Amino acid sequence: MPVLPDRIDEHSDAYRENRASLTAQLAAHDEQLTKVNLGGGEKYVARHRARGKLLIRERIEALVDPDSPFLELSPLAAYGSTFPVGAGSVTGIGVVEGVECLISGSDPTMRGGASNPFTLKKGLRAAEIARENRLPVIGLTESGGADLPTQSEIFIPGGASFRNITNASAAGIPQVSIVFGNSTAGGAYVPGMSDYVVMIKERSKVFLGGPPLVKMATGEDSDDESLGGAEMHARISGLADYFALDELDAIRLGRQVVKRLNQRKRGPGPRGPGRPPKYDPDQLLGIPSADPKVPFDPRDVIARVVDDSDFDEFKPLYGTSLVTGFAELHGYPIGILANHHGVLFSEESEKAAQFIQLANQIDTPLVFLQNTTGYMVGKEFEQRGIIKDGSKMINAVSNSRVPHLTINMAASYGAGNYGMCGRAFGPRFLFAWPNAKSAVMGPAQLAGVMSIVARESAASMGKPFDEEADAGLRQLVEDQIERESLAMFMTGKVYDDGIIDPRDTRTVLGICLSVIDNQPIEGTRGYGVFRM
Amino acid sequence: MNPARPITCILVANRGEIARRVMRTCRELAIDSVAVFSDADEHAPFVREADRSVRLPGTASIDTYLRSDLLIAAALQAGADAIHPGYGFLSENAAFAQQVLDAGLVWIGPPPGAIAAMGSKIAAKKLMREHGVPVVPDNTVETLEQIGLPALVKASAGGGGRGMRIVRDAAALDDAVAGAQREAASAFGDSTVFVERYLEGARHVEIQVLADTHSNVIALHERDCTLQRRHQKVLEEAPSPALDAHLRLRMEAAAVAAAAAVSYVGAGTVEFLLDAAGGFWFLEMNTRLQVEHPVTELVTGVDLVALQVSIAEGHAIPAELLVAVPLRGHAIEVRLCAEDPYCGYLPSSGTFHEVDFGSVPGVRVDNAIESGSEVPPYYDSMIAKLIAHGSTRAEAARRLVKALSGATLHGPVTNRELLIDLLSRWTELDAPGAGIDTGWLDRHDLGTTPAPNAVTIAAAALAVAASRRGRFPTGWRNNASQLHRQPLLRGSAEPVEQVVEYRFDRADVLQQLVVDGTPIEVDTAVRDAVANTAVTVHGGEVFASHGRFTFTVPPMFVSPDDAGRAGSTVAPMPGKIVRLLVSAGDSVVAGQALLFIEAMKMEHQVVAPHAGVIAEVFVQTGQQLDGGQPLLKVDPS
Repeated sequence: MPVLPDRIDEHSDAYRENRASLTAQLAAHDEQLTKVNLGGGEKYVARHRARGKLLIRERIEALVDPDSPFLELSPLAAYGSTFPVGAGSVTGIGVVEGVECLISGSDPTMRGGASNPFTLKKGLRAAEIARENRLPVIGLTESGGADLPTQSEIFIPGGASFRNITNASAAGIPQVSIVFGNSTAGGAYVPGMSDYVVMIKERSKVFLGGPPLVKMATGEDSDDESLGGAEMHARISGLADYFALDELDAIRLGRQVVKRLNQRKRGPGPRGPGRPPKYDPDQLLGIPSADPKVPFDPRDVIARVVDDSDFDEFKPLYGTSLVTGFAELHGYPIGILANHHGVLFSEESEKAAQFIQLANQIDTPLVFLQNTTGYMVGKEFEQRGIIKDGSKMINAVSNSRVPHLTINMAASYGAGNYGMCGRAFGPRFLFAWPNAKSAVMGPAQLAGVMSIVARESAASMGKPFDEEADAGLRQLVEDQIERESLAMFMTGKVYDDGIIDPRDTRTVLGICLSVIDNQPIEGTRGYGVFRM
Repeated sequence: MNPARPITCILVANRGEIARRVMRTCRELAIDSVAVFSDADEHAPFVREADRSVRLPGTASIDTYLRSDLLIAAALQAGADAIHPGYGFLSENAAFAQQVLDAGLVWIGPPPGAIAAMGSKIAAKKLMREHGVPVVPDNTVETLEQIGLPALVKASAGGGGRGMRIVRDAAALDDAVAGAQREAASAFGDSTVFVERYLEGARHVEIQVLADTHSNVIALHERDCTLQRRHQKVLEEAPSPALDAHLRLRMEAAAVAAAAAVSYVGAGTVEFLLDAAGGFWFLEMNTRLQVEHPVTELVTGVDLVALQVSIAEGHAIPAELLVAVPLRGHAIEVRLCAEDPYCGYLPSSGTFHEVDFGSVPGVRVDNAIESGSEVPPYYDSMIAKLIAHGSTRAEAARRLVKALSGATLHGPVTNRELLIDLLSRWTELDAPGAGIDTGWLDRHDLGTTPAPNAVTIAAAALAVAASRRGRFPTGWRNNASQLHRQPLLRGSAEPVEQVVEYRFDRADVLQQLVVDGTPIEVDTAVRDAVANTAVTVHGGEVFASHGRFTFTVPPMFVSPDDAGRAGSTVAPMPGKIVRLLVSAGDSVVAGQALLFIEAMKMEHQVVAPHAGVIAEVFVQTGQQLDGGQPLLKVDPS
C-alpha cells in the first residue's frame, strides 16, 4: 500500500507562517458566516420569534436527522454586493429520514425573505445540484416575493425556478414544499408545482392575489384565510396535501413524506467503510503557502484527505507539475488531479487528458485540486504546441461523464481554470479554500499587460507616455483584480458552492461523493476529436 | 423413623433464583435436577441450568406453577424421585405435599400434617398458645372489636405480605377483607383470611429451625427482617441488632417448641414480632425454605438446601450442629426487585439487556436473571438477592453498597437506588436501641428518584449521538448556527425531560455543552468525566452508570393524534383487568376509581384524570394489557 509520507514540520517557520495567514483568512470568513446566521438582525429576529416562528436554520435543524451532517451551499452569496450577505436564503444538503435531500428556504428576517438577483442565482444553483444528483427537494417557503427595485433582473429569469420544479418532478425527483408563511402571487406556484405540499394552520398564506388586489380587480370583499389559508387549501381547494397544526408538526409531516419516497441511491456505493487519513487533517492549515508565489506539494494535502493516506500515483515521473493518481475517500474510489508547480506544460496536459480518459473507462469520479497559474506561455512552448495539448486536456475535461469535484486550494488562473474543471466545466461541486484566488491572470501580470499595451499605443500615436499616471493606474488595476480574484468575492458571485475550512475538505468531499452516488456513475467512451 | 432413602433426581417445583439456588446444591450433591417452566420462563437461566426440563403450558401461575397434577406428572415423566417446592407457589400446600407422597415421591419439606397445622394461621395460633408460645391477640373477621385497632387482615394460607391489609378504621374493614380475600385466592388458592392485632413499633425477628426424622429439633439463630415495605421484606440480616444472647436463647427455645408442637421435619422458620420492651409474639411458622435463608447460611456456614435433602433422605442432623450452631460475623441480604420505589413501588417488566453483578469479596448473589433475560409481569418482582457477609454489620453493609453500585443492570427500573441509600446509612438508621420497626419504611419519605448529575445526563445524551454516528463527524456543519439538541426522559411514571445541547468539532471532540439550560465549560476534565461515565444505548433506552440511571429517547416529534389522546387513561403497567367499575356515559369525579389492574400479584387502581363523562371504554374485564395501552377516555365536563 503506497502510503504517502508525512513531511510536515509543525515547527518550521514556513508552516507557522502559512498557518497564521490561513487562520486569519478563515476568521474573516467565519465573521461573515456569523453575520449571515444573525439573519436580518436582532429586531427582525425578535419580531419573527414573537410570532412563534422558528428561524430558517432552526427549521432546517429540526428537519434533518439528528447528528447527521448538513452541507450548506453558497452561504455567503451576495457578498460584496449591495444585498445582504447570504442573499436572504439558505440552501444545503441534509439527510432526512436517511435520504439526502436538497433543502432550501428563505430567511423571512432578511427583508421579508424577498428574492433578489443573488437569491435567484443561489436558488437556481441549488436546483441544478438537486437535478444533477437526483436529490429530493424540500422547500421551506416563506417569502415576501420579489425585491421590487430589482424585479427586472429577477422576473424573466426567475421563471426558471418554477420550470425547474416541474421538470425535476417529471424526471422523477420528488419536490416537497412546506409553506411556513406567505407564498403569494408568483410564489404561489412553488406549492402549485410541487409534488407534496404541507401547509400550516393559520400560518400558510397561498393565493395569487390578496384581499386588496381582489377588491381592486373584482370588487369582492375577502380575507387572507378564505383566499389562501391552510385550512381552505386542505379542505376546499386541495392545494395542501397535509394540514399541520404548527411549524414542528409541518416538519414532522415533511419528514413523513420523505420517509415514504422510496428513494434509492442508484450509484455503486462506497467500496468500504473508509478509514481516516494517517496524518492529522488539522495540519492542512499550514500547507498552502502564505505567499501565493511559493508552490506547495499537493501530496501533503492528499495525505490528509484520502483514506489511510493511501495514494496510487499515476505517471509520477512524467509531467511532474501535475500530480495524478487513484485513492479512496470515505470508501468511494476517486481519481485525483492536483497541480504541483502551478504551471501546466504540454506533458502535464497530455497526462491529464490520459488520466481523465482512464477514469471514464473505469467509471471513477474525479477530484480536481486546483493550484494553477495557467498553461505555459512563450515561444518554445507555443511552438511545441501548448495550445493543442492544453486543448486535449480541456476536451477531456469537457466531455468526461464521470462526476467531477473541484477544490480551489490556492490559485485558479487563466485557462488552467478550465483545464482543472472550473465552474464553467460543470463540476458537480466546486468549493474554495479561503486563500483561493481566481482570475484570467495574476493581478500584477494583468496590470503590467495593460501598461505595456498603453505604452505601445502611446508610442504608435507619437504621444508622450505619462509614467506617473501609468504607475497609479497599474496600482489601481492591480488592486481591483486582486480584490475580484479573492475567494470571498468569487463565492459572493456564486461562482463556487462555498468556501470551506481546508480541514473540512475530507468531510465535504465525502458528502459530495455520497451525494453523487445518488446517480449511476458512468464514464464516457467517446471524446471530441483530439488535435494531435 | 424412616429408613434412609437416597435421592437421585429432584424436580424443583419453582422458578427464578430459588430454582437456581436449589439446583446449585443438587449439582454439588451430584443429584440431577429437573426444571418446570411456564411459557414466559422458557428462556430463563434456571431452565437451562437444570439437567432436564418440563414445560408447563401457559403463563399465569394458576395454570402453571400452581398445577399440582402437572408438577407430579412432570416429576414422574422426568424420572425424579423427589420434589423441592422452593418458596411461594405450592411450598406450603399440605394437599400438594400429600399428593407428592402418594405418588411415591419424596417431599423435601415438612410432613403434610405439620404444614396443615401451621397453614391455618388461626388454628396454629391456638396450638401455639397451648404450647406456651406467646401469641398476638387474633380472631376471625367477625369479631374485630375484641382485637382492637389497628388490625391486620391476613390470608390464613398466606405469606410474603400477599393478601395483607392494615385496618385503622372499622369502616375500612370490609374493603380490606375483600381485597385480601381476592389476593389470597389468586396467590394461594385459598381465600380464608383472619384478623389480628397489629403491633405497631415492633420488629420482625424470625428463628430458623431444622428438624429431622430422628426427633432432633435445632434453631439456627435468628434473622432480623424488620425493614419491610407493605409487609414485604426488603432487607434481612443476622444477627439481629435487637437481640442479646439471653433473648436469642429464649426466642430459639420458643421456636423449637413451636416446631416440636407440630412434629416438624425439615427446614422451617418461626416468625415473631419483637416489641420495644423485649416481649416477643408468635406470628406464624413458615413451613418451607425462606427467601432470606442465605443470611443464615452465611453466618452459620451450613447449606440449608443440602440439609433439607439429607433430612428428606432420612438422615439425622449432623452431630456438630446438634452440639452448637456457629454464629460468625454478620450477614445482610437485600432483595433487588423490578419496581420503582420512588413511584409507589410500581412494578416494572421487560428485558434486561445486560446483567453483571461482578464479583465483590464477601458478597453472594442469588439471581434469577442474566443478560437478555426478560422479567415477565406474571410473577414476583424480585430478580435477585444480594447477600454480604462481613466481620461486622458495617462491613457487610459496605460490601453490599459496593456490589449494588457496581452491578450492571441495563433493563427495567429496580429498587437498587433505594437499597443503596438505605444501606449506606444502615447502621445509623437502625442503630441498636434507636432502631426502626416494620412500618418504618412505609412511613419514611423516600423523596424523589435520585437525580443524576449534569455530566451523567450529558454522557447519556452524547452516547445517543454517538450511536447515530455515521461516516461523517457527528452533526458536522460547515456553518454551525446553533447547538445540537438531544432531549431525554428520565423516570418511569411522570418522566422528567432533560435537554442536552452540544457541539462536536470536526474531529468529533466535544466543544460545547449545555445541560438543562446551564452551559458547562468544556475542558479536559469534563471530557474525561463524560468519557468515563459508563453509558450503553439499547434502542430507545439509555443506561448510564451501569444502569443506575435510565433514560428514554423521546420521539423527535409527537404526532397530534397521540397528543390528542388527552383525557385517555392508559395502563400504568402490563397486567390484567380484574374489575371494571364504569361504563361509557358514566359521570366521574377526578380521582375516582375506574378499574383495577392486577399485575405482579398486586392490584393497582386506575383513577379518573379529571372530572367528566366516560366517552369510551377500550377494554374489558379479564383482558391482559400491555403497559401504556389505552384503557378508556374521559371527556372533561
